[in-house]
Amino acid sequence: MNRMMVSNQEIRDILSTVTDPEIPVLTVEDMGIIRNIDIQESKVVVTITPTYSGCPAMDHIATDIRTTLKEAGYESEVLSVLSPPWSSLWISENGRKKMEAYGIAPPMEPTSDKKALLGGERIVKCTHCGSTNTKMISQFGSTACKALFQCADCLEPFDYFKCI
Amino acid sequence: MNTKLYEYILLLADNPLILGHRLSELCGHGPSLETDIALTNISLDLFGQVRNYFQYAAQVQGLGKSEDDIAFLRYEHEYRNVIMVEQANKDFAWVIARQFFFDAYHKPLLEQLAGSNDAQLSAIAHKSLKEVQYHHHFSSEWVKRLGDGTEESHTRMQDAINHFWPYMGELFEETALEKEMKENGTGADLVAIKPVFKSFTNEIMAEAGITVPSSEWSHSGGKKGTHSEHLGFILTELQYMQRAYPNMTW
Repeated sequence: MNRMMVSNQEIRDILSTVTDPEIPVLTVEDMGIIRNIDIQESKVVVTITPTYSGCPAMDHIATDIRTTLKEAGYESEVLSVLSPPWSSLWISENGRKKMEAYGIAPPMEPTSDKKALLGGERIVKCTHCGSTNTKMISQFGSTACKALFQCADCLEPFDYFKCI
Repeated sequence: MNTKLYEYILLLADNPLILGHRLSELCGHGPSLETDIALTNISLDLFGQVRNYFQYAAQVQGLGKSEDDIAFLRYEHEYRNVIMVEQANKDFAWVIARQFFFDAYHKPLLEQLAGSNDAQLSAIAHKSLKEVQYHHHFSSEWVKRLGDGTEESHTRMQDAINHFWPYMGELFEETALEKEMKENGTGADLVAIKPVFKSFTNEIMAEAGITVPSSEWSHSGGKKGTHSEHLGFILTELQYMQRAYPNMTW
C-alpha cells in the first residue's frame, strides 16, 4: 500500500484548498473544524465537527473533502463528532484576518458576547470604515453563525461572526 | 435495541422538531426582515439539533434506518411532543409567547442533559446549549418589548401569555420513562427544572408588565401520543415529500 505512505501534514496541505461554501475565503483549516486525520491502510479518515448544529454547509464540506482527497489519489471517509463542541476560538489568526478583509467582523472573546447576552456592551469594529461607533441590529443574521450590525458613522450594515 | 433510550430520545427531539416546523412556516412572513431571519435561524438551529438526536436514535434502533425515517415516517400517535409546540402562529405575540415558554424550559433541560452519563446525549446537549442561549435571550427580550410597549402590543402579549399558560404544565409532567431515565443518570430531572423555569419566567413577565395567570390546570397527552388536531395538519406538510416520493433524497 505505498500510496498510503502519506503524512498527516500532506493530507492537511491537500485539504487547505477546501473552503467554507458560505465564506469562501476561509479554509476548513482556518475554521478549525478538522478534528482528526487518521491514515489507515486503505483510506484516510477525516473527522470534522459542525460549527452550528443546523449548519447546512457541513454536508457540502464533507463531500468537498472526499472529492478533493479522491482527486489527489486518496480514498477517504468523513466522520462528524459533536464533542467537544466547536468554539469560535478555534478560528485561526489568519482566518480572522481573511474574514475581516472579506467584510465580516471576526468574533471577539466569548466572554464579551456572553456579557452582551446579559445586556452589557460590546464594541465591534465596522468592516467598511473601521469605526467603533456601531450597533447591533439583530442577534441573528444571514447565516446561523452571524449577527447583523450597522455602523453609525458610515451607515453601512455589516456581518459579525458570533462567538459560541 | 435499547427501546427505552430510543423512546427517550423521541421525547427530547419531537418538541424542537414540531416547534422548528412552526417557526419555518414564518419564513418570508415575519413582521420585519430582522425578526423573519431570527425566527428562521432559530428554526434551523432546532432542526440541526433534532437531526443530531434522530441520527443517534436511528443508531440506537439498529434497524439500518436514517434520521429521515424517524422524522418523516411516523404516524401522529407516535410523536412525543407536548401540545404547546403544535399551537399555531396566530400573531407575533403568540410566536414569542410559545418560544419564551419553550426556551425557558429548554435551556435548563439542556444544562441537565449536558451532565448525562450517556456520552452522545451529553455531547448533543453541550452543542445545543450554545445555540439555545441566543434563542432564550431573543424570546425574553421580545416579551419585555411587547409587554412594555404600546397598548396594542401589551394587549396582544398578555393575550398570548394567557393562551399558552395552560399548556405549560405538560412540559414538567414526568412520565414513567422520564423518571426512570432521571434515576439511572441518563435523563434530565424535570422536577428540578420547574423552579428554574418559574423564577425566570416570573421575573421576565414582571419586567414586561404582564399579569401572571393563576390557573394551575394544564392540557396534557402529547408525551403519550394524544395530540391536538393541529399535529395532523403539521405532519401533512412536514411529511409531504417523503410520503409522495418515498425514499427521495436531495
